[in-house]
Amino acid sequence: MTDSAQPILEIKNLSKRFGAVQASDHVSLSVLPGRLHALIGPNGAGKSTLIGQISGFLTPDEGQIILKDRNVTHLSAERRVHMGLGRSFQVSNLLLEWSARRNVMLAVQARQGGSFRFFKNVWKDQALRSAAEAALQMVGLQDRADIRALELSHGERRQLEFACALALEPSLLVLDEPMAGLGPEGTAAMTAFLEDLKHTIPILLVEHDMDAVFRLADDISVLVYGKIIANGSPEDIRQSASVQEAYLGSSSDAA
Amino acid sequence: MSRESRVSLVVLVGLPVAAFIAHISGETYIINLLTRMTVLGLAGIGLNFALGYGGMVSFGHAAFFGLGAYVTGIAAFHAFDDSLFATVPFELASTNQMLQIWLIALLLAGLLALLIGFISLRTSGVYFIMITLAFAQMLYYFAISWPTYGGEDGLSIYLRNEFPGVQTDKAFSFFLLCFAILLLVLLLCWRFVNARFGAALQGARMNALRLSSIGIAPFPVKLTAFVISAMIVALAGALFAELNGFVSPTSLSWHMSGELIIFVILGGVGRLVGPLIGAIVFVLLETYLGGLTDRWQFFLGLILLATVLFANGGIMGLIGGRTRHD
Amino acid sequence: MSTLLIAEQVLNGLQLGVTLFLMAAGLTLVFGVMGLINLAHGSLYMIGAFCCAFVSVETGSFFLGLLAGMAGAAVAGALLEMVVMQRLYARDHLDQVLATFALILIASEGTRWVFGDVPLFLDVPEAFSGTIELIGGLTYSKYRLLIIFVGLLVALGLYWLIARTRLGMRIRAGESDREMIAALGVNIRLVYTIVFALGAALAGLAGSMVGALSSVQVGMGEPVLILAFVVIVIGGIGSVKGALIGALLVGLVDTLGRVFLPSFFQLFMNNSDATTLGSSLASMAIYVVMAIVLAVRPQGLFPATGTSSA
Repeated sequence: MTDSAQPILEIKNLSKRFGAVQASDHVSLSVLPGRLHALIGPNGAGKSTLIGQISGFLTPDEGQIILKDRNVTHLSAERRVHMGLGRSFQVSNLLLEWSARRNVMLAVQARQGGSFRFFKNVWKDQALRSAAEAALQMVGLQDRADIRALELSHGERRQLEFACALALEPSLLVLDEPMAGLGPEGTAAMTAFLEDLKHTIPILLVEHDMDAVFRLADDISVLVYGKIIANGSPEDIRQSASVQEAYLGSSSDAA
Repeated sequence: MSRESRVSLVVLVGLPVAAFIAHISGETYIINLLTRMTVLGLAGIGLNFALGYGGMVSFGHAAFFGLGAYVTGIAAFHAFDDSLFATVPFELASTNQMLQIWLIALLLAGLLALLIGFISLRTSGVYFIMITLAFAQMLYYFAISWPTYGGEDGLSIYLRNEFPGVQTDKAFSFFLLCFAILLLVLLLCWRFVNARFGAALQGARMNALRLSSIGIAPFPVKLTAFVISAMIVALAGALFAELNGFVSPTSLSWHMSGELIIFVILGGVGRLVGPLIGAIVFVLLETYLGGLTDRWQFFLGLILLATVLFANGGIMGLIGGRTRHD
Repeated sequence: MSTLLIAEQVLNGLQLGVTLFLMAAGLTLVFGVMGLINLAHGSLYMIGAFCCAFVSVETGSFFLGLLAGMAGAAVAGALLEMVVMQRLYARDHLDQVLATFALILIASEGTRWVFGDVPLFLDVPEAFSGTIELIGGLTYSKYRLLIIFVGLLVALGLYWLIARTRLGMRIRAGESDREMIAALGVNIRLVYTIVFALGAALAGLAGSMVGALSSVQVGMGEPVLILAFVVIVIGGIGSVKGALIGALLVGLVDTLGRVFLPSFFQLFMNNSDATTLGSSLASMAIYVVMAIVLAVRPQGLFPATGTSSA
């Protein structure tokens, strides 16, 4: 971790407590350009809480979140998105009544602004349509553009979420278990997709699938009971005794 | 053309045609009935903007309807004896010009909606329903206990206010005025709904979290829609007062809020012309069922209950087919 | 302004408060346990009052009437629950509002059909008519004191029921996890019907007792219903404790506001203007209180744990 490049995302000393539970305990980590940083840890380790704080749906008790050199700790979720923070959700979070195309078009609209424009027809807006088309193409959903999100398969919804996130042209992606619920084939496709993507957009990945994590990650942080217990290259983590003990030993065969 | 559009077109052409026939056969009563449908339909369309497209179940839109009605009544009250409309914060001469009255009504309704929406939209679900209801009740009780403008008895408008180039005291002319406004509002709503604003608003209804996560804050979008909705309803209230020549606290009551919701539901939630159809059916029931029995509301209740329990999607849902999603 | 007047008005406020509590308790339980917003709760209040008036006149006994009021409302509530409400639990709030609004129309017109438009008058029972002297020379209506006493008794009873009994345990379980309790094999349908009937009986009790103070007529339930809504919004929807505190707060603010705001404005305005402004503002006072509470705590004073997180 002696890379001199400026981190895209830097988390310093983040702490969050819910009643008696210390969900984040002085967590620090950083995501560097062109790299994929994986965050792993057993269930209940506080990964979701951490993601909630990074994306702005939860306010930390202490610590800082720096996105592209700006302190965003107290900015709203929406502002962070505009500053380049894209994310995907563990459970897909889409406008189910709308077609795939409309879903992506709304994301393009969010990036371009103008949600307070009242007259021009949005569905015929070429600026939105072509950008949406491009994003759908990127995830390989161009042939399914007119299908309602409700009628898409689980894997396709995942792709659609990616299309929405990419349409925002983010400078960082936070992905919350993108492999969850995908079959072996889907996972392989997703892994290949992320392998390409990380060169253009740095990624913070939360994932349970250890094969995927060790294939994709450049850096790994291990979170247990709200604390980062290890941090380093995949090789370091594989060999770390504390990780073996706290985590990998018990769950690698389960995964 | 979709089935929904065809049904809408039939209604929008049928209404003025019916009024015209009534006009040449001298049936003023029928014209007034059609005007009533138009004005109540306008109110329903206003509510539908917030409820159908924005998912805000306001049970207090009578506040805006009554406000529009009272502004009209109060203006007429002062115009009648040439007294001042307002002395605070500045002196405002009374007027009998509808355009000026509407401007005031729209402005006040917008401000009130901004205030009510700002507090209510912090909450959601059942809280939102009850808070909007409570704010409307607050206005209702204020109107009842403020004797200057009639208190519980309401206010009479002796002479219908004026509109440039329209003989507002003639039933057919007044119908045409109301219908023109209805068309204008429909056109605006249609543009709004299909513009970027409408996309964001419907996104906020379906999934506020999604909206936040792509960087659009739902609150200002919803608040704006709430204000627009309130202004349309206030305009309808103003026309309603002109039509009846009378303003009563009933226009602020929670029954009124309930009726507005009925128009929307009977017609079909989130269908542009749906509330107009709902209002037409409501006025027909009120008139013809009401002509048969004094207890017509008993049957209205049964019909409504059956609609909710068994016919989701309202009349438009039954005859207009599924909503389109391209 | 004498202390005696203040004391008397505080008692009046308490009386209104406990009446509102009887209404609000049912509303808040039904919302907390079943997730249902029931506008027709005011109709149950009215039905109770009519049953009470009818039986009192027929038998000459107010207490039989009171029992009839509770029983009538409970039966009506149970029927309503089984025929209509069960179909509404899974629906969204809009459908619930509309369906129960329709029920109000049906109940009001139906009652008018049976009893006509003329209000019925219920006599306060002999033993409780007139006033009683309390401490410090304060005389107060015996009947109103009875209402306060009954209301507080019901509050205690409800507390005991929810905290200490099997039914209460099921109610609490239902609040926190509907599917879980069904999985445990508890007959959740029956619990729902009982809860609804219980809320209805309390509304019927309130309607019967208040009916003797004013009159029994169609539409009497609606103003009380809306006040009860304000109460549960302030207290936190789903919380019985919140309903009690909210009810007393609303009862006191409303009563004291109506008496004292006009005289407050008389300090610096002429009499008639002060009366007008004071009483207009007094009629809005509870809504202002509600707005303030919500601005600070959008979930009310005592958010119910089971429902607020959903």
